Amino acid sequence: MTHPYVRLLDQVTRVGGVRGVMLVVADDGLVVAESLMEGIRGGAVAALAASLTRRLAMVTKTSAVGELGFLQLQAEEGTLAIVPAPAGVLVVAVGGSDMNVGLARLEMLRVAEVVR
Amino acid sequence: MAREIQAMADLFERDPGSLVFLELGEELRRTGRLESAVRVALTGLEWHPSLAEAHDLYARILVDIGDLDRARAVWLQVLERHPRHVGALKGLGFLSFWDGDIDTALDRLETALGADPTDHTVVQALMTVRAAVETSAAHAEPAAADPVFGGFEGADDGMLLVSDRGRVLGGRLRGPDGDDVSEAAAAYLSGAAHEAERTARMLGLGAWHWMVAEAVEGNVHVSSPDPDTLLLVVRDRSVPAGRLAVVAERAGHAARSWLGDGHP
Repeated sequence: MTHPYVRLLDQVTRVGGVRGVMLVVADDGLVVAESLMEGIRGGAVAALAASLTRRLAMVTKTSAVGELGFLQLQAEEGTLAIVPAPAGVLVVAVGGSDMNVGLARLEMLRVAEVVR
Repeated sequence: MAREIQAMADLFERDPGSLVFLELGEELRRTGRLESAVRVALTGLEWHPSLAEAHDLYARILVDIGDLDRARAVWLQVLERHPRHVGALKGLGFLSFWDGDIDTALDRLETALGADPTDHTVVQALMTVRAAVETSAAHAEPAAADPVFGGFEGADDGMLLVSDRGRVLGGRLRGPDGDDVSEAAAAYLSGAAHEAERTARMLGLGAWHWMVAEAVEGNVHVSSPDPDTLLLVVRDRSVPAGRLAVVAERAGHAARSWLGDGHP
Protein backbone atom coordinates (compact mmCIF):
# COMPACT_ATOMS: atom_id res chain seq x y z
CA MET A 1 0.00 0.00 0.00
CA THR A 2 1.29 3.46 -0.85
CA HIS A 3 2.16 5.68 2.11
CA PRO A 4 -0.42 8.51 2.15
CA TYR A 5 2.33 11.12 2.18
CA VAL A 6 3.90 9.67 -0.98
CA ARG A 7 0.79 10.60 -2.93
CA LEU A 8 1.11 14.09 -1.49
CA LEU A 9 4.75 14.29 -2.52
CA ASP A 10 3.84 13.36 -6.07
CA GLN A 11 2.45 16.91 -6.44
CA VAL A 12 6.04 18.09 -6.21
CA THR A 13 7.65 15.37 -8.31
CA ARG A 14 5.28 16.25 -11.16
CA VAL A 15 6.96 19.67 -11.46
CA GLY A 16 9.45 19.86 -14.31
CA GLY A 17 13.02 18.95 -13.45
CA VAL A 18 12.28 17.61 -9.95
CA ARG A 19 14.10 14.33 -9.27
CA GLY A 20 12.75 13.62 -5.85
CA VAL A 21 11.15 14.92 -2.71
CA MET A 22 11.23 13.91 0.94
CA LEU A 23 9.59 14.74 4.23
CA VAL A 24 12.32 14.97 6.86
CA VAL A 25 12.17 15.50 10.62
CA ALA A 26 13.86 18.87 11.15
CA ASP A 27 15.47 18.02 14.48
CA ASP A 28 17.23 14.78 13.59
CA GLY A 29 17.10 14.49 9.81
CA LEU A 30 15.10 11.25 9.73
CA VAL A 31 13.08 10.55 6.59
CA VAL A 32 9.31 10.38 7.14
CA ALA A 33 8.36 9.76 3.52
CA GLU A 34 10.14 9.96 0.21
CA SER A 35 9.57 9.81 -3.51
CA LEU A 36 13.02 9.76 -5.06
CA MET A 37 14.54 8.76 -8.34
CA GLU A 38 16.79 5.74 -8.19
CA GLY A 39 20.34 6.48 -7.06
CA ILE A 40 19.57 9.30 -4.62
CA ARG A 41 20.70 8.40 -1.10
CA GLY A 42 17.72 9.80 0.76
CA GLY A 43 18.84 9.13 4.33
CA ALA A 44 22.26 10.73 4.04
CA VAL A 45 20.98 13.71 2.11
CA ALA A 46 18.14 14.20 4.60
CA ALA A 47 20.53 14.46 7.52
CA LEU A 48 22.71 17.03 5.77
CA ALA A 49 19.72 19.00 4.54
CA ALA A 50 18.27 19.12 8.04
CA SER A 51 21.59 20.27 9.48
CA LEU A 52 21.99 23.04 6.89
CA THR A 53 18.42 24.16 7.52
CA ARG A 54 18.97 24.32 11.28
CA ARG A 55 22.09 26.43 10.79
CA LEU A 56 20.49 28.86 8.38
CA ALA A 57 17.33 29.08 10.50
CA MET A 58 19.48 30.17 13.45
CA VAL A 59 21.25 32.72 11.28
CA THR A 60 18.00 34.27 10.02
CA LYS A 61 16.57 34.32 13.53
CA THR A 62 19.73 35.88 15.00
CA SER A 63 20.07 38.52 12.31
CA ALA A 64 17.22 40.88 11.65
CA VAL A 65 15.23 38.85 9.12
CA GLY A 66 13.19 36.45 11.28
CA GLU A 67 11.87 32.94 10.72
CA LEU A 68 13.20 30.91 7.80
CA GLY A 69 10.59 30.24 5.14
CA PHE A 70 12.54 28.76 2.24
CA LEU A 71 16.08 27.57 1.64
CA GLN A 72 17.64 26.97 -1.75
CA LEU A 73 21.05 25.45 -2.38
CA GLN A 74 22.14 26.05 -5.96
CA ALA A 75 24.81 23.80 -7.41
CA GLU A 76 26.48 23.42 -10.77
CA GLU A 77 24.05 20.77 -11.99
CA GLY A 78 20.94 21.27 -9.93
CA THR A 79 19.08 22.57 -6.93
CA LEU A 80 18.15 21.47 -3.42
CA ALA A 81 15.08 23.29 -2.11
CA ILE A 82 13.74 23.11 1.45
CA VAL A 83 10.51 24.41 2.98
CA PRO A 84 10.13 24.11 6.76
CA ALA A 85 6.61 22.94 7.67
CA PRO A 86 4.98 24.09 10.91
CA ALA A 87 5.04 20.62 12.49
CA GLY A 88 8.83 20.43 12.65
CA VAL A 89 9.03 18.62 9.33
CA LEU A 90 10.99 19.75 6.29
CA VAL A 91 9.80 19.37 2.72
CA VAL A 92 13.01 18.70 0.78
CA ALA A 93 13.10 18.62 -3.04
CA VAL A 94 16.01 17.94 -5.34
CA GLY A 95 16.14 18.66 -9.04
CA GLY A 96 18.39 19.15 -12.02
CA SER A 97 19.39 22.44 -13.55
CA ASP A 98 16.09 22.36 -15.46
CA MET A 99 14.04 22.34 -12.24
CA ASN A 100 11.26 24.90 -12.20
CA VAL A 101 12.11 26.21 -8.76
CA GLY A 102 9.21 28.66 -8.59
CA LEU A 103 6.54 26.05 -9.24
CA ALA A 104 8.29 23.44 -7.11
CA ARG A 105 8.29 25.91 -4.24
CA LEU A 106 4.57 26.52 -4.59
CA GLU A 107 3.84 22.79 -4.49
CA MET A 108 6.22 22.34 -1.54
CA LEU A 109 4.34 25.06 0.35
CA ARG A 110 1.09 23.19 -0.32
CA VAL A 111 2.61 20.00 1.06
CA ALA A 112 3.88 21.92 4.10
CA GLU A 113 0.34 23.16 4.73
CA VAL A 114 -1.04 19.62 4.69
CA VAL A 115 1.56 18.06 6.99
CA ARG A 116 1.27 20.82 9.60
CA MET B 1 -12.31 44.01 -5.47
CA ALA B 2 -12.82 40.55 -3.97
CA ARG B 3 -16.23 40.41 -5.60
CA GLU B 4 -14.79 41.50 -8.94
CA ILE B 5 -12.08 38.85 -8.73
CA GLN B 6 -14.69 36.22 -7.93
CA ALA B 7 -16.80 37.36 -10.89
CA MET B 8 -13.79 37.12 -13.18
CA ALA B 9 -12.89 33.71 -11.73
CA ASP B 10 -16.44 32.49 -12.40
CA LEU B 11 -16.29 33.75 -15.97
CA PHE B 12 -12.88 32.15 -16.43
CA GLU B 13 -14.17 28.83 -15.10
CA ARG B 14 -17.12 28.90 -17.49
CA ASP B 15 -14.97 29.94 -20.44
CA PRO B 16 -11.25 29.19 -19.92
CA GLY B 17 -10.52 30.39 -23.46
CA SER B 18 -11.73 33.87 -22.56
CA LEU B 19 -9.25 36.74 -22.33
CA VAL B 20 -10.52 37.52 -18.85
CA PHE B 21 -7.55 35.53 -17.58
CA LEU B 22 -5.29 38.52 -18.25
CA GLU B 23 -7.11 40.76 -15.80
CA LEU B 24 -7.84 37.94 -13.36
CA GLY B 25 -4.20 36.82 -13.28
CA GLU B 26 -3.01 40.39 -12.76
CA GLU B 27 -5.43 40.99 -9.89
CA LEU B 28 -4.43 37.72 -8.24
CA ARG B 29 -0.79 38.74 -8.62
CA ARG B 30 -1.38 42.20 -7.20
CA THR B 31 -3.20 40.75 -4.19
CA GLY B 32 -0.41 38.26 -3.53
CA ARG B 33 -2.28 35.09 -4.51
CA LEU B 34 0.64 33.92 -6.59
CA GLU B 35 -0.21 30.24 -6.74
CA SER B 36 -3.63 31.01 -8.22
CA ALA B 37 -2.09 33.64 -10.49
CA VAL B 38 0.37 31.09 -11.90
CA ARG B 39 -2.39 28.59 -12.62
CA VAL B 40 -4.55 31.21 -14.33
CA ALA B 41 -1.62 32.47 -16.42
CA LEU B 42 -0.54 28.98 -17.46
CA THR B 43 -4.09 28.02 -18.39
CA GLY B 44 -4.38 31.23 -20.39
CA LEU B 45 -1.12 30.43 -22.16
CA GLU B 46 -2.42 27.00 -23.11
CA TRP B 47 -5.33 28.69 -24.90
CA HIS B 48 -3.35 31.66 -26.23
CA PRO B 49 0.25 30.51 -26.69
CA SER B 50 1.16 33.34 -29.06
CA LEU B 51 -0.43 36.15 -27.06
CA ALA B 52 2.38 38.45 -25.89
CA GLU B 53 0.28 39.89 -23.05
CA ALA B 54 -0.16 36.40 -21.62
CA HIS B 55 3.60 35.83 -21.55
CA ASP B 56 4.08 39.29 -20.04
CA LEU B 57 1.61 38.44 -17.27
CA TYR B 58 3.38 35.15 -16.56
CA ALA B 59 6.75 36.91 -16.37
CA ARG B 60 5.43 39.48 -13.87
CA ILE B 61 4.14 36.66 -11.66
CA LEU B 62 7.51 34.88 -11.91
CA VAL B 63 9.21 38.05 -10.66
CA ASP B 64 6.91 38.12 -7.64
CA ILE B 65 7.70 34.46 -6.98
CA GLY B 66 11.40 35.32 -7.18
CA ASP B 67 12.20 33.30 -10.30
CA LEU B 68 13.94 36.18 -12.05
CA ASP B 69 15.89 34.05 -14.52
CA ARG B 70 12.75 32.49 -15.93
CA ALA B 71 10.99 35.86 -16.02
CA ARG B 72 13.89 37.30 -17.99
CA ALA B 73 13.73 34.39 -20.44
CA VAL B 74 9.99 34.85 -20.97
CA TRP B 75 10.33 38.59 -21.60
CA LEU B 76 13.23 38.07 -23.99
CA GLN B 77 11.07 35.63 -25.97
CA VAL B 78 8.35 38.28 -26.15
CA LEU B 79 10.85 40.84 -27.47
CA GLU B 80 12.02 38.44 -30.18
CA ARG B 81 8.53 38.59 -31.71
CA HIS B 82 7.54 42.07 -30.55
CA PRO B 83 10.70 44.21 -30.19
CA ARG B 84 8.76 47.21 -28.88
CA HIS B 85 6.52 45.41 -26.39
CA VAL B 86 6.21 47.89 -23.53
CA GLY B 87 5.59 45.32 -20.78
CA ALA B 88 8.61 43.22 -21.73
CA LEU B 89 10.84 46.28 -22.10
CA LYS B 90 9.72 47.61 -18.73
CA GLY B 91 10.19 44.25 -17.02
CA LEU B 92 13.64 43.70 -18.50
CA GLY B 93 14.52 47.29 -17.62
CA PHE B 94 13.79 46.66 -13.96
CA LEU B 95 15.63 43.34 -13.97
CA SER B 96 18.70 45.10 -15.40
CA PHE B 97 18.34 47.79 -12.75
CA TRP B 98 18.25 45.18 -9.97
CA ASP B 99 21.30 43.53 -11.53
CA GLY B 100 23.12 46.84 -11.27
CA ASP B 101 23.27 47.25 -15.07
CA ILE B 102 22.01 50.81 -15.10
CA ASP B 103 22.86 51.56 -18.74
CA THR B 104 20.80 48.61 -20.02
CA ALA B 105 17.99 49.49 -17.62
CA LEU B 106 17.79 53.05 -18.91
CA ASP B 107 18.06 51.84 -22.51
CA ARG B 108 15.14 49.39 -22.08
CA LEU B 109 12.95 51.89 -20.28
CA GLU B 110 13.66 54.70 -22.73
CA THR B 111 12.79 52.35 -25.62
CA ALA B 112 9.56 51.48 -23.80
CA LEU B 113 8.76 55.16 -23.41
CA GLY B 114 9.42 55.67 -27.12
CA ALA B 115 6.99 52.84 -27.90
CA ASP B 116 4.27 54.34 -25.73
CA PRO B 117 4.96 57.87 -24.44
CA THR B 118 1.59 57.93 -22.68
CA ASP B 119 2.28 54.94 -20.41
CA HIS B 120 2.62 56.54 -16.99
CA THR B 121 4.03 53.32 -15.46
CA VAL B 122 7.03 53.56 -17.80
CA VAL B 123 7.50 57.22 -16.90
CA GLN B 124 7.38 56.28 -13.23
CA ALA B 125 9.88 53.43 -13.76
CA LEU B 126 12.29 55.75 -15.56
CA MET B 127 12.02 58.32 -12.78
CA THR B 128 12.71 55.63 -10.19
CA VAL B 129 15.84 54.40 -11.97
CA ARG B 130 17.17 57.90 -12.62
CA ALA B 131 16.56 58.92 -8.99
CA ALA B 132 18.42 55.81 -7.80
CA VAL B 133 21.36 56.63 -10.07
CA GLU B 134 21.54 60.18 -8.67
CA THR B 135 21.25 58.97 -5.06
CA SER B 136 23.94 56.37 -5.64
CA ALA B 137 26.29 58.98 -7.13
CA ALA B 138 25.69 61.30 -4.17
CA HIS B 139 26.69 58.55 -1.72
CA ALA B 140 29.61 57.16 -3.64
CA GLU B 141 32.13 58.05 -0.92
CA PRO B 142 33.14 55.01 1.15
CA ALA B 143 31.38 55.05 4.52
CA ALA B 144 33.05 52.18 6.28
CA ALA B 145 36.62 51.14 6.86
CA ASP B 146 36.07 47.39 7.12
CA PRO B 147 39.28 45.60 6.06
CA VAL B 148 37.43 43.26 3.67
CA PHE B 149 34.32 45.17 2.60
CA GLY B 150 35.34 48.80 3.13
CA GLY B 151 33.07 51.01 1.02
CA PHE B 152 30.39 48.36 0.46
CA GLU B 153 26.86 49.34 1.40
CA GLY B 154 25.83 47.19 4.36
CA ALA B 155 29.39 46.27 5.34
CA ASP B 156 28.61 47.41 8.87
CA ASP B 157 25.35 45.55 9.41
CA GLY B 158 24.53 43.05 6.64
CA MET B 159 27.70 41.48 5.30
CA LEU B 160 29.91 38.92 6.97
CA LEU B 161 32.92 36.83 5.99
CA VAL B 162 33.55 33.84 8.28
CA SER B 163 35.98 30.95 8.27
CA ASP B 164 34.54 27.44 8.10
CA ARG B 165 35.73 27.08 11.67
CA GLY B 166 33.36 29.81 12.75
CA ARG B 167 35.71 32.79 13.03
CA VAL B 168 34.68 36.27 11.92
CA LEU B 169 37.06 37.55 9.25
CA GLY B 170 35.32 40.71 8.06
CA GLY B 171 32.06 42.66 7.89
CA ARG B 172 29.39 42.68 10.54
CA LEU B 173 25.84 41.45 11.14
CA ARG B 174 23.37 43.15 13.40
CA GLY B 175 20.34 41.66 15.11
CA PRO B 176 16.82 43.05 15.37
CA ASP B 177 17.85 45.37 18.22
CA GLY B 178 20.96 46.61 16.44
CA ASP B 179 23.29 44.42 18.49
CA ASP B 180 26.37 42.93 16.84
CA VAL B 181 25.47 39.26 16.20
CA SER B 182 28.46 38.46 13.97
CA GLU B 183 30.07 36.00 16.38
CA ALA B 184 26.83 34.10 16.93
CA ALA B 185 26.12 33.83 13.20
CA ALA B 186 29.69 32.68 12.54
CA ALA B 187 29.33 29.99 15.16
CA TYR B 188 26.11 28.65 13.64
CA LEU B 189 27.86 28.41 10.29
CA SER B 190 30.92 26.58 11.52
CA GLY B 191 31.35 23.62 9.15
CA ALA B 192 28.48 24.69 6.87
CA ALA B 193 30.66 25.19 3.77
CA HIS B 194 31.82 21.60 3.83
CA GLU B 195 28.32 20.41 4.68
CA ALA B 196 26.93 22.18 1.62
CA GLU B 197 29.70 20.70 -0.51
CA ARG B 198 28.96 17.16 0.76
CA THR B 199 25.23 17.59 0.23
CA ALA B 200 25.65 18.71 -3.39
CA ARG B 201 28.15 15.95 -4.08
CA MET B 202 25.88 13.21 -2.64
CA LEU B 203 23.06 14.43 -4.83
CA GLY B 204 25.28 14.35 -7.90
CA LEU B 205 24.78 18.08 -8.39
CA GLY B 206 28.45 19.01 -8.74
CA ALA B 207 29.99 21.94 -6.92
CA TRP B 208 27.64 24.14 -4.88
CA HIS B 209 27.47 27.80 -5.87
CA TRP B 210 25.28 29.53 -3.33
CA MET B 211 22.45 29.19 -0.84
CA VAL B 212 19.61 31.63 -0.25
CA ALA B 213 17.61 31.55 2.97
CA GLU B 214 14.36 33.46 2.62
CA ALA B 215 12.82 34.63 5.87
CA VAL B 216 9.85 36.70 6.96
CA GLU B 217 11.67 40.03 7.00
CA GLY B 218 14.50 39.45 4.53
CA ASN B 219 16.89 37.13 2.76
CA VAL B 220 20.34 35.73 3.49
CA HIS B 221 22.65 34.90 0.59
CA VAL B 222 25.46 32.48 1.41
CA SER B 223 28.39 31.76 -0.90
CA SER B 224 31.90 30.45 -0.57
CA PRO B 225 34.69 32.77 -1.77
CA ASP B 226 37.09 29.89 -1.19
CA PRO B 227 36.63 26.34 0.15
CA ASP B 228 37.28 27.39 3.75
CA THR B 229 35.25 30.56 4.04
CA LEU B 230 31.62 31.61 3.82
CA LEU B 231 30.24 34.95 2.81
CA LEU B 232 26.85 36.07 4.12
CA VAL B 233 24.93 38.98 2.68
CA VAL B 234 21.72 39.90 4.49
CA ARG B 235 19.16 42.29 3.10
CA ASP B 236 15.52 43.08 3.81
CA ARG B 237 12.79 41.93 1.45
CA SER B 238 12.82 45.18 -0.54
CA VAL B 239 15.98 43.87 -2.23
CA PRO B 240 15.01 41.31 -4.91
CA ALA B 241 16.83 37.99 -5.10
CA GLY B 242 18.60 38.95 -8.33
CA ARG B 243 19.95 42.18 -6.85
CA LEU B 244 21.03 40.33 -3.70
CA ALA B 245 22.99 37.87 -5.85
CA VAL B 246 24.77 40.73 -7.61
CA VAL B 247 25.75 42.34 -4.29
CA ALA B 248 26.98 38.95 -3.05
CA GLU B 249 29.03 38.41 -6.19
CA ARG B 250 30.77 41.77 -5.81
CA ALA B 251 31.40 41.17 -2.13
CA GLY B 252 32.77 37.74 -3.05
CA HIS B 253 35.30 39.37 -5.38
CA ALA B 254 36.38 41.69 -2.58
CA ALA B 255 36.70 38.75 -0.18
CA ARG B 256 38.76 36.67 -2.64
CA SER B 257 41.01 39.63 -3.28
CA TRP B 258 41.52 40.15 0.46
CA LEU B 259 42.14 36.42 1.03
CA GLY B 260 44.52 36.37 -1.94
CA ASP B 261 46.61 39.08 -0.31
CA GLY B 262 47.64 36.64 2.41
CA HIS B 263 44.86 37.39 4.90
CA PRO B 264 43.80 36.33 7.43
